[in-house]
Amino acid sequence: MTFLQFAFYVFGAALVFAAGMVVTIRNPVKSALFLVLAFFSAACVWITLQAEFLAIVLVLVYVGAVMVLFLFVVMMLDIDLAKLRAGFTRYLPIGGLVAVLLVAEIALVMYGSFDTGEYRAPVAYGVEYSNTEALGAQIYTQYVYAFEIAALILLVAIIAAIALTMRRRPNNKYNNPSAQVRVKRADRLRIVKMDSVLPTAPISVTEPTTESIPEQD
Amino acid sequence: MTLQSLQTALALPEIFVAAMASAILILGLFINKDRNDIVCFWLSVFTLIATCVLIISDFATQTAFAFNGLFVDDPMGDLLKVAICLLSATIFIYSRQYNQDRNIFSNEYYVLGLFAVCGMMVMASANHLLTLYLGLELMSLCLYSMIAFFRDDKLAVEAAMKYFVLGALASSILLYGMSLLYGLTGALELAVISSVVSNLGKDNLALALAVVFIVVALAFKIGAVPFHMWIPDVYHGAPTSTTAFISAAPKIAAFALIMRLLVGGLEDLHVQWQQMLIILALLSVAVGNIIAIAQDNLKRMLAYSTISHMGFFLFGILSGSAAGYSASLFYILIYATMSCAAFGLILYLSTKDFESDQLNDLKGLSKRSPWTALLFLILMFSMAGVPPTAGFFAKLSVIQALIDANLAWVAVVAVVLAVIGAYYYLRIIKLIYFDAPQTIPEADAPIAVQSDSKIVLAINVIIIIAILPWIGTLITLCNRVIKQFVY
Repeated sequence: MTFLQFAFYVFGAALVFAAGMVVTIRNPVKSALFLVLAFFSAACVWITLQAEFLAIVLVLVYVGAVMVLFLFVVMMLDIDLAKLRAGFTRYLPIGGLVAVLLVAEIALVMYGSFDTGEYRAPVAYGVEYSNTEALGAQIYTQYVYAFEIAALILLVAIIAAIALTMRRRPNNKYNNPSAQVRVKRADRLRIVKMDSVLPTAPISVTEPTTESIPEQD
Repeated sequence: MTLQSLQTALALPEIFVAAMASAILILGLFINKDRNDIVCFWLSVFTLIATCVLIISDFATQTAFAFNGLFVDDPMGDLLKVAICLLSATIFIYSRQYNQDRNIFSNEYYVLGLFAVCGMMVMASANHLLTLYLGLELMSLCLYSMIAFFRDDKLAVEAAMKYFVLGALASSILLYGMSLLYGLTGALELAVISSVVSNLGKDNLALALAVVFIVVALAFKIGAVPFHMWIPDVYHGAPTSTTAFISAAPKIAAFALIMRLLVGGLEDLHVQWQQMLIILALLSVAVGNIIAIAQDNLKRMLAYSTISHMGFFLFGILSGSAAGYSASLFYILIYATMSCAAFGLILYLSTKDFESDQLNDLKGLSKRSPWTALLFLILMFSMAGVPPTAGFFAKLSVIQALIDANLAWVAVVAVVLAVIGAYYYLRIIKLIYFDAPQTIPEADAPIAVQSDSKIVLAINVIIIIAILPWIGTLITLCNRVIKQFVY
């Protein structure tokens, strides 16, 4: 066993273990952290395949951005764990049975008829090989059509997310800055002309009436 | 590599739809709220009609590749694209009043609709596992969010959630199948996969495993039994305008997906997927037709009817001959037209605060609106497959293909189940013509729909009967495009 194979098995085992923990562990924060471990192990496997750029992007984007955001969401939302977990033990036997059967069948088929000797091994590149450059060349020439469609999918995701979460609340109060700037004196102030005549009867000082003052708004 | 060598011009219709959808999206933000609906609506319909003109003016006679083999332009793809655009434009016209009445974000409805159309068109002319998958995701993502447009309606959100989770599961199963296929053949381009598969031989167990995953995912996407659970909930819970959209053009895209993947890539494994499709198709026709009888909601009933029609459509595919594929194509074109009209009628009868989606709401329709009743009559006869309608010829051609493929027993079971299915279509006609009208006030409200919708609906239904003199031409066209695809 070469060192590369050893590394592959170690990271592969870590990946499978972490992925299993993501779905079985009770605490959602821990589950998210195990997902981080799973991503990290996958990134390590990719590095053994000489896909350094992809591995770094996986760690940067998924671990650095997506999972942190996800942790925030998990911590901010008040998730009722007991309710979420209610069916777990009930469905475990049937789910487990299906999973075991599936794995056994796939293993049987793969061992029986998937002979790696039939397929040529991937080419090992030298030190001057740049994974980033190769990836860029592929994406922007060979797969430019798929790349554009992927961009459309992201656009649709943005539109859908905004359309489904943006609400116009009729009760919301907000300032309109441009109206505030454009305000004129006439909008705020009204000068009322009044004859300067003396009141015929003296107003009693002890009982001031509010009604007599004209309301200005 | 230059832009010229990519043959970008072949994908002009797709590029046009995507560009217009983006333009309408931006434009919708700057237009006054009151006129927003109308402007976005007409622009979207114009886009789809113009796309049709673009495709027809440059209708492919030969198979041509673009974008380094990711994209293929062939007669089958062009025919499917024309159908997708026409049906979507029709649904937009039906939905306008409904969306206005219910304050659905019309700008987003049309924009997401256009993007979904773009996704379907990508699928229709995909020549690569990557484009097939991306087209499918583009379409599905738009549909998920269109279902959830009634954000405060429990049924709609539940439907969207179910569709989203199950759709994601199906997508992952499809990806797993595709990755196995890639591992075994070392290729993503369908033509290359096809040649490698024929070298590997049809008894390769690992290939069969990949086919199992792919067929399961396809069955999920078209809603064949036992992967149909989401269909009734989605059809029932979604706003009727979205249900109408889902029920028509995506079925044609599903045909494209199945043809490109199973026939274009894996035809040498026909023996493997034929058995699976027989089970799926028979179960679909049985469960769809029998459970539809028990429904009292019209949208739910049509959902089960969809399941059974999907079974019929699979019969053509599984027969595994050019004639069978062509029968399937013919069937799906006719079915999508009928389904479009059926939801058009529900949208037509619904008013501002009356959904008109219960079977009982149709009672005595012949007295309220004899013309609508007549349209329903024609449509239900066609869906049941009664002779003078296009629905009959569609069923006939599929069953013919089954018999030619020495699957007469399947054909017999299919016909028996179709007869059972006729019951619930005829029940609607009974409700409309022979039952006393209901006395709820909303049901008596006059039908107020714009005249464009009225005219299109009438054309849509009448075409089901009026196409009869040209039905031979349509079948010949289907045969021709399939021949070009298979050989």
